[in-house]
Amino acid sequence: MKLVEKYPLGSVVVLLPLWIALYSVLQELADALVLSTGLPQGERLTEAVRFFVYEVPKVLLLLTLVVFVVGIVRSYFSPERTRAMLGGKSLFVGNVLASLLGIVTPFCSCSAVPLFIGFVETGIPLGVTFSFLIAAPMINEIAVVLLLGLFGWQTALLYVGTGLIIAIAAGFVIGKLKVERFVEDWVYQIHSNNAGMQEAVPAFRDRIQSGYSAVSDIVGKVWPYLLVGIGVGAAIHGYVPENFMAGLMGKSAWWSVPVAVLIGVPLYSNAAGIIPIVQALLAKGASLGTALAFMMSVIGLSLPETIILRKVLKLRLIFIFVGVVAVGIILVGYLFNLIY
Amino acid sequence: MNIKVLGSGCMNCKTLYRRTEEALNELHLEATITKVEAYQDIAAYGIMKTPGLVIDEKVVVAGFVPPVEKLKEILLAHRSPQ
Repeated sequence: MKLVEKYPLGSVVVLLPLWIALYSVLQELADALVLSTGLPQGERLTEAVRFFVYEVPKVLLLLTLVVFVVGIVRSYFSPERTRAMLGGKSLFVGNVLASLLGIVTPFCSCSAVPLFIGFVETGIPLGVTFSFLIAAPMINEIAVVLLLGLFGWQTALLYVGTGLIIAIAAGFVIGKLKVERFVEDWVYQIHSNNAGMQEAVPAFRDRIQSGYSAVSDIVGKVWPYLLVGIGVGAAIHGYVPENFMAGLMGKSAWWSVPVAVLIGVPLYSNAAGIIPIVQALLAKGASLGTALAFMMSVIGLSLPETIILRKVLKLRLIFIFVGVVAVGIILVGYLFNLIY
Repeated sequence: MNIKVLGSGCMNCKTLYRRTEEALNELHLEATITKVEAYQDIAAYGIMKTPGLVIDEKVVVAGFVPPVEKLKEILLAHRSPQ
């Protein structure tokens, strides 16, 4: 790690080919490993082990690379810059821009309140602020990597696209509902005398450095979820019979989409824990729309975040926020069940 | 020197508080550290990311937890004149 800190550029030149080499031989390595255990071919346990042994390093490798790149990209954005870009935009344009910026602006739900205050204080409309607050957690690099690794790029793109549409539409609707009076009164009384912090423009090597710290932060935090998620996914792959989920989460069960969202909203997990399980369920006959709705409600709407937002929003607005987003997710679920 | 750690009590805020104490110890600097946990008070400093570090009412860190070595540099740079 010390070497990486000292030579950020040079270490990329060394580590990237290593990454590519490792990734390209992963399948053979995993197969060889499974074979060396002497487990009988074609057995359920063997299939579960094979899935686990291949998917864990694959997703970890993908995650490392994407988090690194995203860490560099994010060093070009900050909540302050995003706020400046959103100032004075008309409602719809503001919603689109806020949702897009929600993807690239560094955001953690523990900062949701200061960010909300910072936006409202400079007169950014509530609807636009909500577009940001919906897109930022829902469309994150961890979700995209897992979808990319386990489902392929089509589903990853689908998820990002529909997530954006939900963030834009839900923010627009909330803006039209004129909910300003449901923000806690003290928020409007804050006038920060301090301009925050003037940050110096970092050099490119510092940006690479922030890529590395993003990797150690995020991958370091997420890997246990990933192990458990892929572990459960592997068990489902090996032991749950084919088409088992068709009756429960299949297309024919019309109620499955709202039920999936109802279960998903209070359930709290990050993308790393939930997506491998959803992938396994999909393989056992769950339909894409239902699976997508379930993932989005788990990742995008979380109980801890709404509890944090309760500090600045009156209870009514919390319900409106969760309600509008949940309806959006349910519509997307039905839409995809209809198309596929 | 008057130091404030801004943050609602999340993991990062606690880490920043601990590292600031550590940095002060290693530098043998005298300072009072207080935690600012109320959102009203945090917002008054104009930061949009927590945790934040404030030295003599000036925001010097916002949104990340610097390593102890970096914190020492920051503390030295913003040390109030004796």
